[in-house]
Amino acid sequence: MAGHTRGSGRPNQWLRNLNAKFASVPMILTAVVIFLGGTIWTVVYSFTNSKLLPRLSFVGLDQYERLWAAPRWLMSVQNLVIYGFFSLVFSLVIGFVLAALMDQKIRFENTFRTIMLYPFALSFIVTGLVWQWLLNPEFGIQSVVRSLGWTSFAFDPLYNSNIVIYGILIAALWQGTGLVMCLMLAGLRGIDEDIWKATRVDGIPMWKTYLLVIIPMMRGVFITTLVIIASGIVKVYDLVVAQTSGGPGIASEVPAKYVYDYMFQAQNLGQGFAASTMMLVTVAIIIVPWAYLEFGGGRKRA
Amino acid sequence: MENVSVSVKDLSLSFGAVTVLDTLNLDIKDGEFLVLLGSSGCGKSTLLNCIAGLLDVSDGQIFIKNKNVTWEEPKDRGIGMVFQSYALYPQMSVEKNLSFGLQVAKVEKTEIDRRISRAAEILQIQPLLKRKPAELSGGQRQRVAIGRALVRDVDVFLFDEPLSNLDAKLRSELRVEIKRLHQSLKNTMIYVTHDQIEALTLADRIAVMKSGVIQQLADPMTIYNAPENLFVAGFIGSPSMNFFRGELQLRDGRAFVHANGVDFDVSAYPSRGPFKAGQKVVLGVRPEHVRVDEASSGEPSHQAVVDIEEPMGADNLLWLKLAGQSMSVRIAGQRRYKPRTAVTLSFDMAVASLFDAGNENRL
Amino acid sequence: MPEIVAFNTIDAGIEPEAEKVQARATQAGPRGKKPRRALSGRNIMIYGTLIVMALYYLLPLYVMVMTSLKGMPEIRLGNIFAPPLEITFEPWVKAWSSACTGLNCDGLSRGFWNSVRITVPSTIVSIAIASINGYALANWRFKGADLFFTILIVGAFIPYQVMIYPIVIVLRELGVYGSLTGLIIVHTIFGMPILTLLFRNYFAGLPEELFKAARVDGAGFWTIYFRIMLPMSMPIFVVAMILQVTGIWNDFLFGVVFTRPEYYPMTVQLNNIVNSVQGVKEYNVNMAATILTGAVPLFVYFVSGRLFVRGIAAGAVKG
Repeated sequence: MAGHTRGSGRPNQWLRNLNAKFASVPMILTAVVIFLGGTIWTVVYSFTNSKLLPRLSFVGLDQYERLWAAPRWLMSVQNLVIYGFFSLVFSLVIGFVLAALMDQKIRFENTFRTIMLYPFALSFIVTGLVWQWLLNPEFGIQSVVRSLGWTSFAFDPLYNSNIVIYGILIAALWQGTGLVMCLMLAGLRGIDEDIWKATRVDGIPMWKTYLLVIIPMMRGVFITTLVIIASGIVKVYDLVVAQTSGGPGIASEVPAKYVYDYMFQAQNLGQGFAASTMMLVTVAIIIVPWAYLEFGGGRKRA
Repeated sequence: MENVSVSVKDLSLSFGAVTVLDTLNLDIKDGEFLVLLGSSGCGKSTLLNCIAGLLDVSDGQIFIKNKNVTWEEPKDRGIGMVFQSYALYPQMSVEKNLSFGLQVAKVEKTEIDRRISRAAEILQIQPLLKRKPAELSGGQRQRVAIGRALVRDVDVFLFDEPLSNLDAKLRSELRVEIKRLHQSLKNTMIYVTHDQIEALTLADRIAVMKSGVIQQLADPMTIYNAPENLFVAGFIGSPSMNFFRGELQLRDGRAFVHANGVDFDVSAYPSRGPFKAGQKVVLGVRPEHVRVDEASSGEPSHQAVVDIEEPMGADNLLWLKLAGQSMSVRIAGQRRYKPRTAVTLSFDMAVASLFDAGNENRL
Repeated sequence: MPEIVAFNTIDAGIEPEAEKVQARATQAGPRGKKPRRALSGRNIMIYGTLIVMALYYLLPLYVMVMTSLKGMPEIRLGNIFAPPLEITFEPWVKAWSSACTGLNCDGLSRGFWNSVRITVPSTIVSIAIASINGYALANWRFKGADLFFTILIVGAFIPYQVMIYPIVIVLRELGVYGSLTGLIIVHTIFGMPILTLLFRNYFAGLPEELFKAARVDGAGFWTIYFRIMLPMSMPIFVVAMILQVTGIWNDFLFGVVFTRPEYYPMTVQLNNIVNSVQGVKEYNVNMAATILTGAVPLFVYFVSGRLFVRGIAAGAVKG
C-alpha cells in the first residue's frame, strides 16, 4: 500500500473533532479528577493519621483497627445490615405485588400510581420528619390506639433502641416502594402479551405463571432494581438525620452519618476516610458481581 | 484519465482488527449511474459513507472531480446524499429541510428560493413545501430527501438504499423516477442496494461486492450474462443459476463437462483459453437457457423428471431432477407440466458460464 | 363499583367455576357476551389490597396537613388523625416567616429562596453540560471518550462520602467553597453521570442518518446540536429537568457540606427548625414547614405526571 502520494495538510489527529473534545472537558475533568482522583485520594488518606487537616503521615491500618473497635461504627454496620436486608426484601416483595395488582387492567390505575409514587418526590428530610411525627409516642399512632381503649399498646420505635432501625425502615419503605412498583410494572408491561396467551391456553394458573414464567423473565428488571435499592441503602443518611439524629444514643447510627460526623464534626479526617473507604468496599461488593454478570460473563445467557 | 467523476484509489478501512474494505479501486465516469450491489455486510454502504466523508478511511485516497477530498468534510466534497430512512429533519417543514444546508452555507436568499422551486418542480413536491415530514407518505418523504440532494447543485449524488423502506409498488414507481431523473440531470450517481432488480434496471455499470472486495465491475448485461466468477454468477439472477460440478473431458474434438455421470457438451462455449482435459470445473446455466422438449434431432439432450411446477403468470418455473441433481428451468407461462413427467432438456451452451472449481474464476 | 370492569384477557384462568355453570343454566348453551360480575372475589382482593396500600401512602400527607391546620392546644388534646376543630393558618405563617432554626428566627422563607437560587442555575448548568456531553458521546465519538464515560458511570455508584472531602479541597482551591457557585458545581458534577447517560442514550436512539444528512448539508458540531438535535429532544430535556429540580431541591447532604449557613437550602433549614433542641416543640409549625419544603417537588410531580415516571425510570436505570 506504500508509494501513493497524498495531498498535504492531513489535519492533526489531536485537532480533529476538536469541538467534541472541547465540549467533553467537563465530563473528562469530572470523571478523572473527581471520581477517579477523589476516590484514590480518599483511599490513600485513609491510611494516614489526618485529624483536622489531611496530612500524608502513614500509619498503616491504624484507622481501620480503630474503626472496627469503635462501638458506634459496629452499631452503624449492624444497623445497615438489618436495614439493608429488610429494605431489600420488603421493597422487592411489596413493589412486585403492587405492580402485579396494577397490571390487572384495573380501573383508576393512574390514581393508584400517583398515590403510590408521590412519596418518592419528597426528600428524605421531609419523609423522616413526617414519620417522626407519626411515630411520636405522645401524640402519634401509639397515643391514638391507646385512646381507643387499648391502653397497654406500645409502638414507639423511635424511642426504643432495640427497634429504632425498624422505625426508619417503615419511613424508607413508604418513600421508596412506589419507585420499585413503577420499575416492576414497566418490566411486566415489557413482557410479550403472547406469553400470557400461551399460558392461558396451556391452562397454567396465574400465580404459577408469575412464579415460574414471569419472574424468571424479569430477571434483568429484578437485578437492576436490586442494584438501585442496594446502592441507595448504603447511602442512607438524610433519613436518619431527620428522623432520629442517630438516637436514641447511638442506636440508629449508620455508616454514612459516621463518615460525615468524623469528617466535619469530630475533625478526625482519618477515621472519616477509613469509614468511607469501607462504604466504597461495600458498594464494590454489590456492584462488581452484578457488572460481571451483566457485562462480563454474560456469554452463558442465550 | 478524462471524464472521471469519482475515483477511489487503494482505499482501505478497518475498525480495529476488522478490515471492512481492503485496497479497493474504483473509477466512476462523469454522468455515470453506478450501482454498488451486494448482500448486507459486504461493505457497499461503508464504501459509500467513505466517499461521502462520513467515515474516515484508514488508507488510500478519494478524488471527486479530480480533487483529492480524502480529508475533506462531507459538505466540501460536492456531493448530495439520500438515505434509506429519508433522514428528514422532523421539526422542519419540507421547505426548511431543503433550505437548511444552503442556509448553513450562507447561500443568498433569492438563490435558495430559485433552487428550491426548481427542485420542487422536478420532483413535483410543490404542494408539500409547507408540510412537516410526519405529514408525508413514505414516497413523498423520499422525494423530499432526493430534493435535498438536488438543491445542493452538486455533481455527485449518493444513494444509500433509498428505496428499501418502501413497499413493492412504490419502490418500482420511484425506481423509474430515479432513472428519469438521471436521464434529465445527467449527474454522476452512486447507488447502493441489495436489490438486484434495482441494480440491473438502473445501472450503467454495477459493482458487485463481497467481503469488501469488488467481485466484478461491468454493465448489467455483462454481469448477468458473463459473470466473472462463481459468486457473481450465483448472486445475480432469481432463481439462481444452475451449477453442475464436474470434470472437463475432451473426446473426438469435442469438449464435455462430466458431472454426476452426465456429459454436458460444452464445445459451443466461448472459452477464453483452450480447454484442459481433467480440469475440475463448475458449469453454470441460467434457468432460461435450458429448453424443454424442444431439442432438434442430433442436438445433445438430457433426460430429466419434473419435480415441482411454480407457475408465475408470465412464465413458468420448473424444478427438475437431472441425474439426481435439482435444477430449475424457466419456460413460457402457458406451457404446463405435471409432477413426475419425463422431459428432454437441451442446454444453450453459447450463453452458459464455465468456472474453474479451484479459484472459481470464469474460464 | 361499576357494572362491568374492564377485564384483561389473561384473567379467565382463575374465574370461579360457578359463573360458567350459571351461564349454561339460564340459556340454551352459552351465547354472546360472557357474563362477569364486578364484585368477584378476585376484584375484592385486588381493589382491597390496593386501597389499603393507598391509605398507607396517603396517611402521612393527611396527618401533615391536619396537624398544620391545628393550634397547639388542640394537638396536645386530640389525636393526630382527627380533622381540626378550628382551622388556623398561623402555623403556616410562622413556619414561613418567623420559625427559629437555632441561628436565626426568620423562618423558612430564607431557605426557600436559597433553594431557588441553588436549584435554578444548577439545573440549567448541569443539563446544558450533560446534554452536550451526551451528544458528543453519541455522535462525535473520539478516542478515549468511552473510557471517560465508563469512569463517569462507575462513579455514579461510588458513595458520595468517598468523594466529598477531595471536592471540598478542590472548591477551596478554586475559592468557591461555601458559596452558591460551589454548590452549583457540586450538583453539576453529581448530576453528570445519570444525565449524560440519559442524553447519550436518547441521542444515540435518534436515526444516525439524520446526523449524516446534516453533515452532508454542511452543519458542524454546534449547528447540528442547536438546530437538529435540540429541537428534536424537548421531551428528554423536560425529563432531565424534572429529575434535576426534584433531586437538587431535595438534597440535604451537599447543602450541609458545601455551603455556609446563610446559604443553607430549604431542607437543611427545615431540619434545623424541626430538630432544634431549643424552645417548646411546635408540631403544627413543624408540619407546616415540612409541607412547604415538600411543596415544590410535589408540585413538579403532580404537574409532570407521566414524564416524572419516565424521568425516575430513566434515572433509576443507570449503569
